[in-house]
Amino acid sequence: MTKLTRRNMLKGTAVAAASTTLGAPMIWAQNIKDVTLRQFGTGVSNLNEVAQKVKEDLGFTLEMTALDSDSVTQRAATQPNSFDIADIEYWICKKVWPTGNLQAMDTSKIANYDKIVGIFRDGKLTPESTIAQGTAPHTVGFTSGADGTDFVQEESGWMTLIPTIYNADTLGIRPDLIGRPISNWSELLNPEFAGKASILDISSIGIMDMAMVVESMGEYTYPDKGNMTQEEIDLTIGIFTEAKQNGQFRAFWKSFDESVNLMASGEVVIQSMWSPAITAVKSRGIPCVYQPLEEGYRSWGGGIGLSAALDGLERDAAYEYINWYLDGWVGGFLMRQGYYSAVPETSKNYMDENEWGYWFEGKEATDVITNPFGDAMAQAGEVRDGGSFEERMGAVACWNAVMDENQYMVRKWNEFIAA
Amino acid sequence: MVSPLMAILLFFLVLPVGMILIVSFWQATEFSIIPAFSFENYEFLFGSSVTFRVFMNTFKYAVVTWVFTLLIGFTVAYFLAFHVRTQRWQIALFLLCTIPFWTSNIIRMISWIPFLGRNGIANSALMSWGVTDRPLEWLLFSDFAVILAFVHLYTLFMGVPIFNTMMRIDKSLIEAARDAGANGAQILWNVIVPLTKPGIMIGTIFVITLVMGDFITVRFMSGSQSANVGRLISNDIALLAYPSAAATAIVLLCTVLIVIATLLRFVDIRKEL
Repeated sequence: MTKLTRRNMLKGTAVAAASTTLGAPMIWAQNIKDVTLRQFGTGVSNLNEVAQKVKEDLGFTLEMTALDSDSVTQRAATQPNSFDIADIEYWICKKVWPTGNLQAMDTSKIANYDKIVGIFRDGKLTPESTIAQGTAPHTVGFTSGADGTDFVQEESGWMTLIPTIYNADTLGIRPDLIGRPISNWSELLNPEFAGKASILDISSIGIMDMAMVVESMGEYTYPDKGNMTQEEIDLTIGIFTEAKQNGQFRAFWKSFDESVNLMASGEVVIQSMWSPAITAVKSRGIPCVYQPLEEGYRSWGGGIGLSAALDGLERDAAYEYINWYLDGWVGGFLMRQGYYSAVPETSKNYMDENEWGYWFEGKEATDVITNPFGDAMAQAGEVRDGGSFEERMGAVACWNAVMDENQYMVRKWNEFIAA
Repeated sequence: MVSPLMAILLFFLVLPVGMILIVSFWQATEFSIIPAFSFENYEFLFGSSVTFRVFMNTFKYAVVTWVFTLLIGFTVAYFLAFHVRTQRWQIALFLLCTIPFWTSNIIRMISWIPFLGRNGIANSALMSWGVTDRPLEWLLFSDFAVILAFVHLYTLFMGVPIFNTMMRIDKSLIEAARDAGANGAQILWNVIVPLTKPGIMIGTIFVITLVMGDFITVRFMSGSQSANVGRLISNDIALLAYPSAAATAIVLLCTVLIVIATLLRFVDIRKEL
């Protein structure tokens, strides 16, 4: 225990004062410095800069562990005592939540709850939006009560994950090597690009990209791409196996770096890609476009959940952290890399007008756009691929998902790779 | 009384393999492993045509790599052992062969990728010499690339044991053969090759086991487009299907053991050493 001295009292008051200016519920922050929260998740948002800033702003220590999404799922499901905060994707939540390893979060303790975008609350970006297929975040975002292990479809006041980061994914192309407009997912299997196409070798995401292509080719329309039947899986993978045997693909990629190298070296001119990979190619001075397509985007979202074992001061600290997360600094930090924040309006305070205009509103950049690490992302006059937040997130066709037939799909996927 | 060697073998070899064997009969769902006794993993493995295709592919890589590493390894060892006269030069040249091994396995493999690529050095050289007028696509992300990388990575494992046995060959045997009227080819085939067999066999075991157990070279050099048994196992592990991975590993282990047992029928390594 920290000894109660005048000096410590003053420090404590200072921290308390600081937390009130953040607009977050204040806790008596004397011992909070001793708190260490262990967070794990995929690399996307597990950034050391965030941990440093937490130490500065909130005073406690955040330990980050980055793992791939398979390991994240396993750890959240099997080792509930190995973490305090899980930073996971919504489709992983669908698998993990029923195990009871995470605890529901009381939305009345979340200061900015009302400002969280509709996608994570009632599923609608605007009142007119239709809800996309797959594991849409709001379908697994709420539970019935403090001890719930089910999902409910209305805003029950108990959240499973607090949304933190999300984006809309599409195909990346090399416009200089293709030389004509690309506007459909079906172009991935266009024989014109034989030997120059690629798809990612991560089954749960790859199958969704495949489904977008199959639908775009007019071969089949899925009742729900996010939950295929065995026949639909056979059909989808069959079409791609045939294309593979005809030499459509140059390679498959599994890691971020591989996708960047394939594109930058010109081995591949069209492939599934993630937004920061596009940036990495562009930063080498090579033209690369995150091509918006008519059929829409494949989207994903992540959030943070609390371990069921977390209570007392640690839990208070975790709520403090969540409130701080939604308060804008992290949002700005993520949005300046091309992701979206769950509470965009607070992030705006941490971005300048040019950045906000470019990243969120889809306006022309008035000056060089740099990411938080100082790399130039766009020059004056450029517009973000896909346009504004509403245009991009409004055109989501499906969310990353986990299917009932997941194991069957995985086996078929292995056959596809071996074919 | 267990001797220290036995204890080490028990703890680091028998115990882990035993664990893998036990787990191979278990079952798994997406996030739990269920201790059970079921042949389901093996049934799936032997019932799937993919397994056979992948095993055949693994053998193909092993055999082709073996042929090339043997040809190159034998030639290099022969040159070092019989054509280089002084021991100083033998040692110097031998060390030269090992220099690439000062870098990591992965780096040596990955450095082929930009070299063989569509716009890589190999293709631009071929085109500027007028050998081809368009880039050769099969140089990279193909079986050719996989085998090239294997040969590059593992030739030394073949060459060193062969060189080692060649150095022990009594030079007077060669003189005797020459005195008896044998020509160069006859000496090579009737004297040197038979006496080098143990080295060839040790090299063969190294190369076969390394290639059959590999997964990362196949993944990178084929651009994830081909599969061998190692990749099946690594895919299963990534998807948390440990029992299924364990069953595949056991089948692979048995296959490799059978191959080695067969090889050892040809040469009694212990006697020859």
